[in-house]
Amino acid sequence: MADRETDDVTGTETTGHEWDGIRELDTPLPRWWLWVWYGSIAFAIVYWILMPAWPGVHGYTKGLLHHSDRADVASDLHALDVQRGAGASMMRKASLEQIEQDPKLQAYAQQVGQSVFGDNCATCHGVGGTGGKGYPNLRDDVWLWGGSLQDIQHTITVGVRSGHPGQRLSQMPAFGRDELLPPAAVSDLTEYVVKLSGRPADAAAAARAAPVFAEQCASCHGVDGRGMQSVGAPNLTDGEWLYGADRTAIRGQIHAGNGGVMPTWESRLSPETIKALAVYIHANAGGQ
Amino acid sequence: MTTPSDLIGQGPHTANAHLAPPGGSRGLLVFCLISAFAAVMGAGLTQDPIFRLHAGIVALAAMLGAFVLTGKLAGGTLLDEPDRYADGVIKAGVIATMFWAAVGLLVGVVIACQLSWPRIFYFPEAGWLNFGRLRPVHTSGVIFAFGGNALIATSFWVVQRTCRARLAGGIAPWFVFWGYQLFIVLAATGYLAGATQSREYAEPEWYVDIWLTLVWVTYLLVFLGTIWKRREPHIYVANWFYLAFIVTIALLHLINNAGVPVGPLNHKSYGVFSGVQDALVQWWYGHNAVGFFLTAGFLGMMYYFVPKRVERPVYSYRLSIVHFWSLIFIYIWAGPHHLHYTALPQWAQTLGMTFSIMLWMPSWGGMINGLMTLSGAWDKLRTDPVVRMMVVAIAFYGMSTFEGPVMSIRAVNALSHYTDWTIGHVHSGALGWVGFISFGAVYCMVPWLWKKPAIYSNKLIEWHFWLATVGILLYIAAMWVSGIMEGLMWREYTPQGFLAYSFIETVSAKHVENVIRMVGGLMYLSGALIMIFNLWRTVASTSAEPAVSAAPAPAIA
Repeated sequence: MADRETDDVTGTETTGHEWDGIRELDTPLPRWWLWVWYGSIAFAIVYWILMPAWPGVHGYTKGLLHHSDRADVASDLHALDVQRGAGASMMRKASLEQIEQDPKLQAYAQQVGQSVFGDNCATCHGVGGTGGKGYPNLRDDVWLWGGSLQDIQHTITVGVRSGHPGQRLSQMPAFGRDELLPPAAVSDLTEYVVKLSGRPADAAAAARAAPVFAEQCASCHGVDGRGMQSVGAPNLTDGEWLYGADRTAIRGQIHAGNGGVMPTWESRLSPETIKALAVYIHANAGGQ
Repeated sequence: MTTPSDLIGQGPHTANAHLAPPGGSRGLLVFCLISAFAAVMGAGLTQDPIFRLHAGIVALAAMLGAFVLTGKLAGGTLLDEPDRYADGVIKAGVIATMFWAAVGLLVGVVIACQLSWPRIFYFPEAGWLNFGRLRPVHTSGVIFAFGGNALIATSFWVVQRTCRARLAGGIAPWFVFWGYQLFIVLAATGYLAGATQSREYAEPEWYVDIWLTLVWVTYLLVFLGTIWKRREPHIYVANWFYLAFIVTIALLHLINNAGVPVGPLNHKSYGVFSGVQDALVQWWYGHNAVGFFLTAGFLGMMYYFVPKRVERPVYSYRLSIVHFWSLIFIYIWAGPHHLHYTALPQWAQTLGMTFSIMLWMPSWGGMINGLMTLSGAWDKLRTDPVVRMMVVAIAFYGMSTFEGPVMSIRAVNALSHYTDWTIGHVHSGALGWVGFISFGAVYCMVPWLWKKPAIYSNKLIEWHFWLATVGILLYIAAMWVSGIMEGLMWREYTPQGFLAYSFIETVSAKHVENVIRMVGGLMYLSGALIMIFNLWRTVASTSAEPAVSAAPAPAIA
């Protein structure tokens, strides 16, 4: 420490070392800095004494306050149940029709339905419920599984291809991919379906496909192609297409037989909430 | 300020004694050839397109390396100069720093546009341009490519000057530099192609991790070797911080990336941890990447370039000792504050929070030492924009190391977590502290390295400073507003006891703030591009001429 010298500006001694022209002052630790640090350490120690903190061999220190996040969550959920209780009891006592007709119950269902729809349904069906490719539009009056209050409630409860024991289940065969029909027949059927929807189509191809349709398709889609809600078979004549209206899309459906999945909400939403949601969806759709 | 010499003073001068290539050059050539062969074999044998792409890149890099090395060895242009500082690799590092800064910031602006106008900046036909692919390119680009190159380049400068010793390891520093660039290219191309471990700030897959380990251990050995042969009796504080950064990053990297590849010729791997243990390991890594990469490393930078630039002694040696050791000891505990109110046991959350609060003053020790070093030279804030930039960097360091402990408090975190507030916090640290201290260091080093009297234009530095400063303020203010807003919206209940807002409503509500954030980022990028232009003009100017900013503008003939 032979080279210690005093800095003119601050009057503080240097440490006497120098690196590439850089020297260091031997300024003591700032008092305020030290005391704030001690304060933060004291805060930590107090916090450790009060709250769950240090792990040991068996468990951890519980803290004098015996605070528990899990207990907090349980009590918060309980408080929420209480808050929802009055509304839930209204929903429980009334039938779906009564909820829809009673202005007070209807208003409650609208408020709850809007919130629940936004958090759970909008991801697939869209914020406005208008759907998208592969996700049905809930604002029109075209329904795969029925548009009555009871139908909607049931679909929400069990889902579609959801794995629920009572699930809505339909399976359009992959006629092309699984080689149930030769490619030429798939092309002919495409023309037939285009014709069914009232658009110009290759008449000869459609005529060739007529017996195939009667044999392979009519059992679900109906002889006239108007579909069957009891088995979730879409109406092919209404101009509404879940996977697209053009020939490529129709052909793709006959080839691969796509079907989406809607989860069961039975375990996520209470029966009362599902009731409110069904009324909300029904009131905002065509009202079948 | 005089331009420092690259001659090492007071050493046993061995100039022209033996003009041999740097040690290990031929070994590196052999390594390149073997690597090229192995990579070609790998590319040929694998069934995995991403692995083939990466094996191809490695083969190309190794062949290029072998080609250049052969040329230089045969031409006799690759010579060791033991009596000079190894500045060539630092020049390359400075260029890489600025190149990756431009890339990383540009990608940031692109993804900010995607968040602002998701319909316009959505490219369903080009999956590699999706937000999910570009986001890690941005984060790794600015942290590891820009920040990492800045740290490697400045640490090579600082350790040589403060030890009065040439970098150890012969050709090894060049291996570190190019090896690190290869790591960046493999990481970025992997992200775009969809190869990711999905570990925050550690997305590269297993073989990239192994490569980085090799490069990083070489870096550590070069750094240690240089300290080992130093001609100064003591090790300067900047080197403690650099060393802590290098050692801890190695440790974090090895543990966080422990995994098992699907196959030797397959890019995919699975981590050895699972569940909440995995979450804790990831945030132990993630938080200390902030602590040791983005804090300790850049404090090393501060401890050299601030006193050097303002020509004042460091404020307090004692403070540097106490805050160094307390920072090192306490930082490593703070990671659990990223997992408040999760499956992580509450006692671990308590420790994460309390250690974060105890970390506040150790962090501020660095701020005090940086700021108070200006005592006796405060006027330079007015006259020297580079000093101003570094001081603002330290101010942002202080701000974000206060904000961090506040956000670690569980009650605050319940509001701030998962919101844009966190994004704003990160960016006040990244743009304000890391960016500005690095820009300051590069503005210092470029005239020294290229032996120019000064930077081409002081006025352009002013432009850079103000554009970037206003950009940061816009960015973080917008994120505070949107973060607190969305945090409040998420917790809002209707009188019936249902959530008042759907998630997408909280996203739509942030549109204006997202646009302001994009504008802030664009301003910051513009500042960096001005800097690149300014540096380029500095390097391109003829040494004899005085800097243009000091000379009257030439009349147009």
